[in-house]
Amino acid sequence: MLRLHVNGKDRQIDDVADDTPLLWVLRDELNLVGTKFGCGIAQCGACTVHLDGQPVRSCQIPVSAVSGLKITTVEGLAKGEQLSTLQQAWIDHDVAQCGYCQSGQLMSATALLAATPDPTDAQIDSAMAGNICRCGTYGRIKKAIKAAAQSGKGQAGKERA
Amino acid sequence: MNSEQFNRMMLGAGSGTVAGADSGILPNLSRRGFIKVASGAAGGLVLGLSMGAPGEAQAQSAGPPPRPFAPGAFVRIAPDGKITLISKNPEIGQGIKTGFGVILAEELDASWSDVTVEQAEVNRAVYGSQIAGGSMSIPRAWDELRYAGAGARAMLVAAAANQWGVPASDLTTSESRVIHAASGRTASYGSLATAAAALPVPDIGSIRLKTRKEYKLIGKRFTGVDNAALVRGQPLFALDVQLPGMKYASIAKCPSVGGKAKSFNAEEIKKLPGILDAFIVEGTPPVTDVMKTGVLPGVAIIGKSTWAVFSARKALKIEWDTRTASKDSWTDFVKQAKALASNAQGEVVVKTKGDVDKALSPDNTDTKIKTVEAFYQFGFVSHAQLEPQNTVAWFKDGSVELWAPMQLPDPALVAAAADVPADRVKLNQMRVGGGFGRRLMNDFVCEAAYLSRRVEGPVQVVWTREDDMRHDAYRVGGFMGYRAGLDTQGKLSAFDAHMVSFKDTASGKVSKGGGISPNEFPADYVDDYRASQSLMPLSTPTVWWRAPGACTMAWVQQSFLHEVAVAAGRDHVEFLLELFGRGAGKGTPPAGGLDAARAIGVIKLAAEKAGWGKPLLKGHHLGVAFYFSHLGHIAEVAEVSVDASKKVTVHRVTVAADVGPVINLSAAENQCEGSVVDAIGTMTLEVTIEDGAAQQTNFDRYPLPRMAISPQVDVHFVQSEHSPTGLGEPVFPPVVPAICNAIYAATGHRIRTLPVTQEGFRLG
Repeated sequence: MLRLHVNGKDRQIDDVADDTPLLWVLRDELNLVGTKFGCGIAQCGACTVHLDGQPVRSCQIPVSAVSGLKITTVEGLAKGEQLSTLQQAWIDHDVAQCGYCQSGQLMSATALLAATPDPTDAQIDSAMAGNICRCGTYGRIKKAIKAAAQSGKGQAGKERA
Repeated sequence: MNSEQFNRMMLGAGSGTVAGADSGILPNLSRRGFIKVASGAAGGLVLGLSMGAPGEAQAQSAGPPPRPFAPGAFVRIAPDGKITLISKNPEIGQGIKTGFGVILAEELDASWSDVTVEQAEVNRAVYGSQIAGGSMSIPRAWDELRYAGAGARAMLVAAAANQWGVPASDLTTSESRVIHAASGRTASYGSLATAAAALPVPDIGSIRLKTRKEYKLIGKRFTGVDNAALVRGQPLFALDVQLPGMKYASIAKCPSVGGKAKSFNAEEIKKLPGILDAFIVEGTPPVTDVMKTGVLPGVAIIGKSTWAVFSARKALKIEWDTRTASKDSWTDFVKQAKALASNAQGEVVVKTKGDVDKALSPDNTDTKIKTVEAFYQFGFVSHAQLEPQNTVAWFKDGSVELWAPMQLPDPALVAAAADVPADRVKLNQMRVGGGFGRRLMNDFVCEAAYLSRRVEGPVQVVWTREDDMRHDAYRVGGFMGYRAGLDTQGKLSAFDAHMVSFKDTASGKVSKGGGISPNEFPADYVDDYRASQSLMPLSTPTVWWRAPGACTMAWVQQSFLHEVAVAAGRDHVEFLLELFGRGAGKGTPPAGGLDAARAIGVIKLAAEKAGWGKPLLKGHHLGVAFYFSHLGHIAEVAEVSVDASKKVTVHRVTVAADVGPVINLSAAENQCEGSVVDAIGTMTLEVTIEDGAAQQTNFDRYPLPRMAISPQVDVHFVQSEHSPTGLGEPVFPPVVPAICNAIYAATGHRIRTLPVTQEGFRLG
């Protein structure tokens, strides 16, 4: 049996192989399907989650390596009905097209603002370089990050789980 | 539409008109009439348009209170005022779910804040074709949705008129309310819904649609109706569907397309943890139409989790029978194509007028001062939609229900795969994690249907990224040999295009997205013209890829026309305006065809907005291109710099688009921005095929564009009076030629090979 701390809750999972990537435990075992599968080799970033606040590609993290760490997924960004500043900015800037990558984009962006509350363009490019948006919504992602940084001036970072 | 058509439309509901799909480009509204799909005290008003199967749809109105999801309905108004609008077509990121809602809400005169948009189930009898393809959702549904909204509004007005004893003509509507200005009375749509539902459907000939000046919603910015669910990571995609007792499955396929599994280490695989079964899949017989591809052969593994299945995949030892497999080789194709292109005229002439050989002859010194020749080459590319192919299927009691990312739901194909009658298939349209044309095929849907039947329960099929890239049906590569003649005034006088493309080995037909069409530009703009093609047999499947045909034709043609303009010593914008000017004012352009006046309009607009001819930042250069596709007239100007290491930076792309009135400005701009990024990224990508197998199977070797290359995109819509057309595709084609023309301006180097990496260039 495995114990995980996900989005502020302790979860128990029976019967899962140690080498199972966190991605598939989240999706298949915990029904937290907001974290997406895109490439399986840490190239696309669709599976990005936070481990103790750090963005990681969950398709590469064996579940055996995360016990005791605080896992945050896209489902954990909002506080109940209250969306995070970044989530709201994503809606207001109408970022998504197909939307499949956006969970991962939000997780990377949330980690960026937590570490760098008022990032430059280059810092945004760098922090978001691991996340592919096949629809090409990068311009809007960048605008949404900047807007969240401006409106919160670091507030987005404090919201981080 | 004339009054006769209106009347027939009205009669359509009860007269047993032609059943079946409408096959034309634009919907034939004469087959349709209003139909009240369901009504009742609890349900409020539910109104749709019939699609030629009125008996079936009407029967539901006699039943008990409506089901929560009423087929045939476009508009549903509950007594509490909640308005539900139904989007019939797949949402693949083009924003159609929001756009369709806006059109319906506009004519309904609803307050957008009262509106929820729901995805329709797949029901051809009610909705006709439900396809996301060809950028045709908006043009095809424009009239249908407007009448559906306006018809519902008319019934609400009629209900209020009855209630207040006043003529309907004295009433107006606004923000989900009916208003009697003379008495100051108002009533909410919700309060009128039940009464409206009891009224007869209106005579569709009596419906007056709004004029553009009356629009309150169309043309404004709306955020996507699924945005809130997306940012919360709520389940919207097929991959997110989980059913009780669901098993997980994956089929390992032969890397060389068409190969079959002969044997594999079955006993070893079946003993692996979490594995329930493993077996050879013979696959459905090969087809001559790639769109009808069913189940591909291979080895299926069924397990308790995705990871158990993926892990077992790695332990597979399969002996492949490659006798039927593709032996295609891109290296060989390139050699063959170059040999074929050495002939000016291809094997098949698709169009000729005048005498292009005479006009381009070296002896012809009377009217011609210069001949320009070039050979262009572009590789195969993958759709690479970010959500890999997947489907959940549940076979139970002789029926199968599926949840799938589809651009073109095909119940008959799925029924064949599951070996059930077509009326025992239920398809649920899930939000599609990227389409780009790949999900017009249903091979992965068929796989799930087949495997669910086999395991007799719910199963989720997931392709790995490697499966997805190896068994894509690619954007077809190709080659173009051009010759053009300039007359003594430096004007284009003769044009000869020899396309070396592909034909499908099985069918002999031109590979999807390949070949040259008879009326390709500038057929109607020069006196001596020829388009011909030579086709090489291709076993690799190809299918529509965003702006198929256009996405590569625009590059070769608009690059070459720039070569011609340069050879003539003319400004490129002036050259294009003169060329299109030959077609303007020559009567009405063909319906759905290139309109020279609209072309000129957007070329001028793009040039003006981009600062064509004005000073630029040091090292910055401009390139322009125009292309007409998917009913859209689009001109673009790229602002580019190139450093000494051949690193290309695209600083800005100016898009001028004439697609008629824009429905949702936010989504429209988003499509333009995304198309630009997609096109820039694709400039550096290719899938090379050797021994019938793709050599690039994941994003490490197929590096999709990332944020840093995303340029500033300035979008300008002409908003002409033409009917609105789609934006998912037409902005893509001019991007690459505009950038390559700018690279030429910057370096004097003409890029004639895609990806540009083949010529030593890279993006930065």
